[in-house]
Amino acid sequence: MNHNLESEAIHIFREVVSQFNKPVLLFSGGKDSITLVRLAQKAFYPARIPFPLMHIDTGHNFPETIEFRDRLVKELGLKLIVKNVQDSIDEGKVKEENGKYSSRNSLQTTTLLDAIEEFKFDACIGGARRDEEKARAKERIFSVRDDFGQWDEKNQRPELFDMLNGKIDLGQNVRIFPISNWTELDVWSYIEKEGIEIPSIYFAHQREIFIRDGLIWSHSPFVYKEDNEKVEIKTVRFRTVGDMTCTAAVASHAKTIAEVVQEIQQSSISERGARIDDKRSEAAMEKRKQVGYF
Amino acid sequence: MNALKIATAGSVDDGKSTLIGRLLYDTQSLTDDKLEAIKKSSEQRGYDYLDFSFATDGLVAEREQGITIDVAHIYFSTQEKSYIIADTPGHVEYTRNMVTGASTSQVSIILIDARKGVIEQTYRHFFINNLLRVEHVIVAINKMDLVDFSQTTFDQIKNDFQELTAKSDYSPQQISYIPVSALNGDNVVNASSKTPWYKGETILEKLENIDTTSIKEEAQVRFPVQTVIRPKSNDFHDFRGYAGKVYGNSLKVNDEITVLPSFQQSTIKRIHFFEDELEEASAGSSVVITLNDEVNISRGDMLVKSTEVPQIEKELNATICWMDNKNLTEGTKYILQHNNNTVQSKITSIDYLIPTDFGAHKETENAGALKLNEIGQVKLRLNKAIYFDAYKKNRANGAFILIDTQTNTTAGVGFLN
Ligand SMILES: Nc1nc2c(ncn2[C@@H]2O[C@H](COP(=O)(O)OP(=O)(O)O)[C@@H](O)[C@H]2O)c(=O)[nH]1
Repeated sequence: MNHNLESEAIHIFREVVSQFNKPVLLFSGGKDSITLVRLAQKAFYPARIPFPLMHIDTGHNFPETIEFRDRLVKELGLKLIVKNVQDSIDEGKVKEENGKYSSRNSLQTTTLLDAIEEFKFDACIGGARRDEEKARAKERIFSVRDDFGQWDEKNQRPELFDMLNGKIDLGQNVRIFPISNWTELDVWSYIEKEGIEIPSIYFAHQREIFIRDGLIWSHSPFVYKEDNEKVEIKTVRFRTVGDMTCTAAVASHAKTIAEVVQEIQQSSISERGARIDDKRSEAAMEKRKQVGYF
Repeated sequence: MNALKIATAGSVDDGKSTLIGRLLYDTQSLTDDKLEAIKKSSEQRGYDYLDFSFATDGLVAEREQGITIDVAHIYFSTQEKSYIIADTPGHVEYTRNMVTGASTSQVSIILIDARKGVIEQTYRHFFINNLLRVEHVIVAINKMDLVDFSQTTFDQIKNDFQELTAKSDYSPQQISYIPVSALNGDNVVNASSKTPWYKGETILEKLENIDTTSIKEEAQVRFPVQTVIRPKSNDFHDFRGYAGKVYGNSLKVNDEITVLPSFQQSTIKRIHFFEDELEEASAGSSVVITLNDEVNISRGDMLVKSTEVPQIEKELNATICWMDNKNLTEGTKYILQHNNNTVQSKITSIDYLIPTDFGAHKETENAGALKLNEIGQVKLRLNKAIYFDAYKKNRANGAFILIDTQTNTTAGVGFLN
């Protein structure tokens, strides 16, 4: 594990609270946002984390993630805001997708942008990493969004040395990525070294699944399944945790973090390779980011 | 373990993307699905080879136009180290991106097309390395396959480049020359059988042998305070800690320190890192410091050793690289950010433009303005003094950015003289 990366992330957190009025940490319950929480604790210790967490809940999350989220928040005495995609659907702001590849993943954007407006957040801290995907590789640490939440990829501020420029106009907000320079392996090694707890679905377990397009899908009421897609029970784990409709599992017997780290070191598939949402097209992520996705 | 940050520079089509792809491929850093995507994209465009630039060109416009527009970050690791490549486009319009990439890098790879040799762009790439004081430079003389791996060609280019280095601040040991074919992988990761006359390291060997710990600056220690930590909880009722990152050198418990700009003196009581207490905080670490005396300190202040007080001035002389479409002109005002301290600044004069070709062209005097991607010598006046070092002495404490007061964008970067 790279010691510089931890200090870099802590430095970024401290800049956020100093430069912005109302920051929030976007918390998904996944390993990257759990790592962010630990880094935020370190940045402000012995004081408490000086901003709330916010979860944009699609309603299709793994129950293990939600349980974990609530326990973490309670243990650390944090404030949690939950905003539901279901509410955006009920208010008629977004339309539920249906059919074979339907997912609420991209609907989250609307719920997120509404919440930013409602709470007047000017800085949203997220766990995205540049090694995840090639549009993300071009992302800044402080990434300015206009009042429509849009990312203007061709007009980004240069970031030099450690100097972060968080100056914005009213209505704009900034997405902040403290672990930009971490790789998937860095995150796992950190979780191992720090002894950070993570939801059980990251470890090998038995699950009802079916195979589609060579990927392992969770069998659940939220996931559309064709009649000819056969459900079986397999030992799997998740490498990344989005909601059930957009996260594929991997076959694995890794039961401890040490085993997970070892598995990743030997893996020949990238983390995002198991993200169904990225398979939509070569530019899937860039397009989602332009309209305000995480 | 520390990561080594690498900046790459080359003109369009010199083979930068191919070289990066090759480094990833030959170190088994490309996963199957990424390789599959590269194959698919290459086939779609009717290529009969793998175009590794698809591994790095992330934006739609970049793929459509076959060019790199923005700084991309690429990660790979070996048993030895982890690496971060800041891949920046090399054309003159992208000087600002190159400067950005170089600002956090310890090594730079400059690509030269063996058929073309040292060209004007090479001058600029090397000039920027020199200006930013990137510690190591690797000159990769690429496409050696197209010149029959000729030693004469290689030597000629090396000689031409050495004429440049003689005019720079670099010592010869900081620069290595490597004959490569990025396309075929000669001397990238594996030594080539086609260059028996070359006894030096491959690019990866060179990178692996750079000692990241020896790169640590031997400068005076600077501690810019980011924020004050006051928990006001029962357990830590009177706790008052100063949070920040240590630059230049290390700080120890009991060190006698001076607070700038107030010049109050105290000694370091404790150094906290989360639940641990440290005896010493090394350069690059983010810590919380408590002092033995009650002093008034806020964000933007700086702690230094009492025997090592930096320059404190309101009138500055700096080399500025301009990064905005709107020209820098005399008399205009910008917010100046130095570390995390911001002050008001006014451009008093733009003395001359600095040509990026090491003296082949003369400096333009009385320039009056700096355009996007131009570099110039500038005088500024501030509303409040800053506490700085010359960039040559202390990288972290010798640079600043200028922020446009209307658009809030980072419009330029300055290096203090
Ligand atoms: N023959 C040969 N062609 C190369 C070599 N390196 C790159 N190329 C080709 O040069 C062209 C430009 O390379 P690319 O990597 O896209 O250049 P970039 O613009 O610097 O990123 C492509 O057609 C490559 O296949 C090399 O070592 N030998």
